[in-house]
Amino acid sequence: MMGKPSKKKNISDKVRKAKTCTEIKNNPFEVKINRTKFEILGRKTKNDVGLPGVSRSKAINKRKETLLKEYKTKDKANKFIDKRFGEYDTTMDPEEKILQRFSLERLRTQDKKDMYNLNEEEELTHYGQSLAEIEKLNDVVDSDDETDEKGLLSAELTASHFGGGGLLKRKTPGEKDDGGNQRAKSRQELIEELIIKSKQEKRERQSLKEESQVLTEKLDQDWKSIHGLLAHKNTPKADQEEDRPKLDEYDMMVRELGFDMKAVPSEKLKTPEEIAREEKERLQQLEADRLRRMLGDVGEDCNKAQTHVSADDINDGFILDKEERKTLSYHNAKWNINEEGAKIDGEETGDDGESEDEEESNEEGEDEGEGSEAEEDSHSDLESEEESEEENEDEKEDEKDEEPAAKPPLSDAENVLAEAAKVELPYTFKIPETYSDFKGLLQGHPADHQCIILARTRACNHPSLGILNKVKLQKLFGFLLEYVGELATRSPPELSTIDKLIPQLYDLCQLFPDAASMVLQTILRDKANSMEQVLEEKGRATFPQLDMLIYLKITALLFPTSDFRHPVTTPALLYISQVLTKCPVTSLEDVTSGLVLCCLAIEYVSFSKRFCPELVNFLLGLLHLAVPDKTSTDYSVVPPFRQSGKSSGLLVLSSLESSQTWSKKTLPLSATQKLKLTSDLEADHYRLSAVATCLELLKCCSSLYSELPSCSQIFQPITSLLSKHLPITTYPAALQEVHGEILAAISMCQTSHPPLVFEKKKPIPLKLFTPKIVQVLDYGKKRGCSKAEREEERLKHKYKKELKGALREVRKDTRFLAREKLNEVMGRDLERKRKVKQLYGSLATQEGEWRALKRRKNSRH
Amino acid sequence: MAASKRRNVSSKNSKEGGLKATEVDIDSKVELIIQSRKHANDVFDVLEYLQSEKQKSVVGAINGCCKLFCTLLERKALYVGQLGKEEMLLVGDHSADEKYSMFMRHRYNSCVELLLELFSHESYQIKESALCALMKFASMEGKFPLQDLDCIKLYSFPRELIQAVVGKLLSPEEDMAPLISRYQEYLDMEDVRYYTMTFITGNVASVMEKAKGALRPIFQNNAFTLLSNINMPKCQTDLTKYLVKQEADLEDWKAAKLKEHQRVFERSWLGFLKYKLPGSMYKKVLVILHDSILPHISTPTLMMDFLTAAYDVGGAISLLALNGLFVLIHQHNLDYPDFYKKLYNLLEPSVFHVKYRARFFHLANLFLSSTHLPVYLVAAFVKRLSRLALTAPPASLLLVLPFICNLIRRHPSCCVLIHRPSALDQACADPYLMDEQDPAQCKAIESSLWELQTLQKHYHPDVAKAAMEINKALSPQEDDISDRLEISTYEMIDRDLKKNQFRAVPLEFDPATQLLQGSGGIRVLGLHFSLQ
Repeated sequence: MMGKPSKKKNISDKVRKAKTCTEIKNNPFEVKINRTKFEILGRKTKNDVGLPGVSRSKAINKRKETLLKEYKTKDKANKFIDKRFGEYDTTMDPEEKILQRFSLERLRTQDKKDMYNLNEEEELTHYGQSLAEIEKLNDVVDSDDETDEKGLLSAELTASHFGGGGLLKRKTPGEKDDGGNQRAKSRQELIEELIIKSKQEKRERQSLKEESQVLTEKLDQDWKSIHGLLAHKNTPKADQEEDRPKLDEYDMMVRELGFDMKAVPSEKLKTPEEIAREEKERLQQLEADRLRRMLGDVGEDCNKAQTHVSADDINDGFILDKEERKTLSYHNAKWNINEEGAKIDGEETGDDGESEDEEESNEEGEDEGEGSEAEEDSHSDLESEEESEEENEDEKEDEKDEEPAAKPPLSDAENVLAEAAKVELPYTFKIPETYSDFKGLLQGHPADHQCIILARTRACNHPSLGILNKVKLQKLFGFLLEYVGELATRSPPELSTIDKLIPQLYDLCQLFPDAASMVLQTILRDKANSMEQVLEEKGRATFPQLDMLIYLKITALLFPTSDFRHPVTTPALLYISQVLTKCPVTSLEDVTSGLVLCCLAIEYVSFSKRFCPELVNFLLGLLHLAVPDKTSTDYSVVPPFRQSGKSSGLLVLSSLESSQTWSKKTLPLSATQKLKLTSDLEADHYRLSAVATCLELLKCCSSLYSELPSCSQIFQPITSLLSKHLPITTYPAALQEVHGEILAAISMCQTSHPPLVFEKKKPIPLKLFTPKIVQVLDYGKKRGCSKAEREEERLKHKYKKELKGALREVRKDTRFLAREKLNEVMGRDLERKRKVKQLYGSLATQEGEWRALKRRKNSRH
Repeated sequence: MAASKRRNVSSKNSKEGGLKATEVDIDSKVELIIQSRKHANDVFDVLEYLQSEKQKSVVGAINGCCKLFCTLLERKALYVGQLGKEEMLLVGDHSADEKYSMFMRHRYNSCVELLLELFSHESYQIKESALCALMKFASMEGKFPLQDLDCIKLYSFPRELIQAVVGKLLSPEEDMAPLISRYQEYLDMEDVRYYTMTFITGNVASVMEKAKGALRPIFQNNAFTLLSNINMPKCQTDLTKYLVKQEADLEDWKAAKLKEHQRVFERSWLGFLKYKLPGSMYKKVLVILHDSILPHISTPTLMMDFLTAAYDVGGAISLLALNGLFVLIHQHNLDYPDFYKKLYNLLEPSVFHVKYRARFFHLANLFLSSTHLPVYLVAAFVKRLSRLALTAPPASLLLVLPFICNLIRRHPSCCVLIHRPSALDQACADPYLMDEQDPAQCKAIESSLWELQTLQKHYHPDVAKAAMEINKALSPQEDDISDRLEISTYEMIDRDLKKNQFRAVPLEFDPATQLLQGSGGIRVLGLHFSLQ
């Protein structure tokens, strides 16, 4: 065998190496020092000293072990597998290795004894459990006497429970001793003895078992006779157990504990003050955010968590709850317990149905009580009359508990309506996939019902209930907006319906801000694009339809208008400004649209008090329409208005008497589309209302912009128009009052300001000798700026390095092999030469001998 | 006559037969006429078709006529020289050949007349083919002149024909723009262009004299379209393409000289501009004036009167006149007194709203690019522009704010407008006089640009940022405003929509419950409007 000599060599090698290593390191001829160009403080270099000789010999040795072996076994199909124990385990002590091998050898020889060992026959097992035991246990009901046996650890039990211990038993020391003592006996005797012993044991065991079985049966019968007396109290339980004998109480407990709700440590009960304070803090936080964004601090991390609670959770909560596992928690100082959770699993299905019935009947009952004209409920056949009044009330309370604090209280009448609507409508809706589906869903229902349908659709398809729901719900926002637009374009526009839909839009927007902003952006882009096309064709455009006005308003409701830059509201305001500068006012409808847009513009800029020149220009232009004499003006109006021309007297009153009968009214939004004015008086009244609105808006503006440095310049044309040209004396008193207020507000503006100067520069900091900290990279200079780029660079570098290393190794390998081959050839040649020499030698001796013989013959003769 | 009988018969035929039949009919008749003189009277039938109701037959007839008379011209079968009256034909003493050629010449003349009448046909296709046919005649006539060459000094050109065509193109009743753009193809030929311009001059003069100072919008529009379609050659060597190849030497021919072309071009434009123009026409002329008219006029200074008059009109027209004036001042040494004063007075709020905003600011940038301008003047411009910026739309603001900053950079002494540390503690009212016409008197240099400070609160973030520039010392590098000249509000909307697509959108935290609920602090819409 090869193993032993090589191993010996290894050991000696090690010893020698350990000895020589220090010698080599001290030997100046072996050491190569890599000179460094620059000393760098604190840098530890790995490769400043090298031992080329050592590393070369190491490499050669390694090759000998691997490459050479491979080379030798090349083209050889057979191979030796060394199965000696621990042959290649370098961690093992040689002595230990020998010991182990010896014991293994012994075991192998001992195993053969089993053939005759009748007593210790192999036990058949299944999953580590003795088959015999299993058979036995099947007969005996062991669950009954388990309690008795608890705590006892018999060999049998352990064997049955923890798998066959056959091997273990065999190796107990007693047995071994036995073997050792009786070795003196003859084999025959020993066998006989064993047979007898085993048979005896078997018999004993059998009798014992029979006895115990008889006893247990007797005990059972006894128990049954007593059981009748005890049984009264828990008959159903016993029945149940009989029905399902498999269910163990303990198991059930465990399972229940496992699946049961756990009391989550809830936050401590808060006092109303605390709650109020928290709410205040939350709002302050949000407000601070808003201010920060308004000032345009870029680098904002506006991913604020959506802590919003739906404004009308009452509608959807009960559907959601069934799907979601409820937790035991405190809420608003009341236990919020899911009743179903406490009940036993078996009853759950029935209970579910019941609770649903309860709710329906509850609503039904209320509904009837209020006497509303609800349609016949399709579910009323499920109604059960036994529900107690108390339960109803409990449920009501529950529902109220689920209402978030943010929810505005619905008026009683609305509540009634909502309840009535709930009864009529189904509880689950599929999310419409197309707009026509969506319209089909909502059509034919009154506004309140539409809200409920939407709320339920949203609740049934809450994104937490399915992955696809999210995408579908995102689409819902788009459909809803389109629907709103359609409602607005109907004649007359159904604005009250839109009004009802606003909370839904808001909630959807809160759920999917990105999708919502995308939809609104698309609308804005389309509208702006179409207006641009008209502008390019004609040079002027018409005022947008009511639906666009509504969209602009909705934008302001859904997104903050005060941000320095906002992806939706900034373009929306630009759109408004575009309309206000490009759309000429040709009719009273246009005046109304313009006023709506002015209102919107004021709302957009009111919080941040930003300056919107188009707004002031437009208001000036509108008032200019009310000036009767346009010839001598000392102000100039800005396009789209003209100093004079067609429809420039749009707001001039036709008769002065009409101002006496005028009273202030709000303008209808539908007037932006179609205005029905039957008489001159009505038209005059409308004109007065428009002028009044205009003046009110100007008042707003003047207060908004009173802080601006060039306030007086901004309002200069307006002042001159108001004070000199507007026929204010013919207007009603209310208007005159507003007029006076505006003039007063404008005159209050500060006219003198300190001259402008640059901001003070920050002083340039002195240069300091702080070290520049540079990240240490495993490749030379820092290249690339982003993390990904650097990582790529690193990998490239590593790859290059590895490739080079691999190439070098391959080269060395080939060199090594070539050397080996050469050696081989030389060896072979030497051998041949030797053999040839030998042959020659032998031939020579032969020849010599033959000659000697010949000579001798000759000499004989 | 036999001819009239035949005509009746053939017209019956044409009614009975289909369109195909008429085409075949025309073709066969043209063939017959060409083949022999016997069928000469068939020419009446062909001409009859020209007045047909059906479009296809008219086109067919035009093609037929074209083919017929071109062949006849080539054969020199038409009478050359002064033509007598048709009635005289029978009376006069002529040979049969002569009679035939005179007869055909008469038919040719009536055919040309009919074709000219077709110019006012409602179908463009017919107009176009009529024009093409006429131009074909013109080129054939040029080759085989119908007049004695001696009378017209060796250079043959169908003057009368072209004059008639131009006269028709300058119709006072109908907008001929499509046909004129077709005619442009022929205007590439040097001789046609030359004679067209000559005839335009005469035509405009006669028509406008008749109008006696009144506007003739359609006529003037046609004249403008025709004139503006003329592409003048740049140098003498470009004159290579002619409708009529002249055998004689070209040297003496006016149509072959660039100088003459320029002279005629100048005369025709001046003749056109001499009369009162509608407002829109003014704008159109001024838009093309500086790059397609002025370079080709031999003495551009003659345009001065027109330009100064336009400059005094005010508004957009003045803005446009600036361009032409600039060319005159810059290249032709025009001395224009009070130019900057007028420019200053051109600055009106509407400057930011008109279509020609980009052009105006481009020019204003050029005019004010000189560093030798007095400080008071630049300060006046800066102050006025910033005052006007208070009424400007955001797209204009994005242009005018860097413009103002550039002016201050160019004239560092204007820096006091944004940096006056000497009087820091004395608050004062704005001394600038907006209504003062003279930039020297307006006290702009004593003022500060509070307007820009106001605009720092502008609602659009880019505008606000641009206005913030003045808070710090301006960088010496000028901003390039050339890419901002054309920016429109729509582009700004689009740009804003594309920005920040990957960042989470901030949301309103006040829950919305009603449509008219106030947003951003105050309730405005709800106060003034109701849901009805």
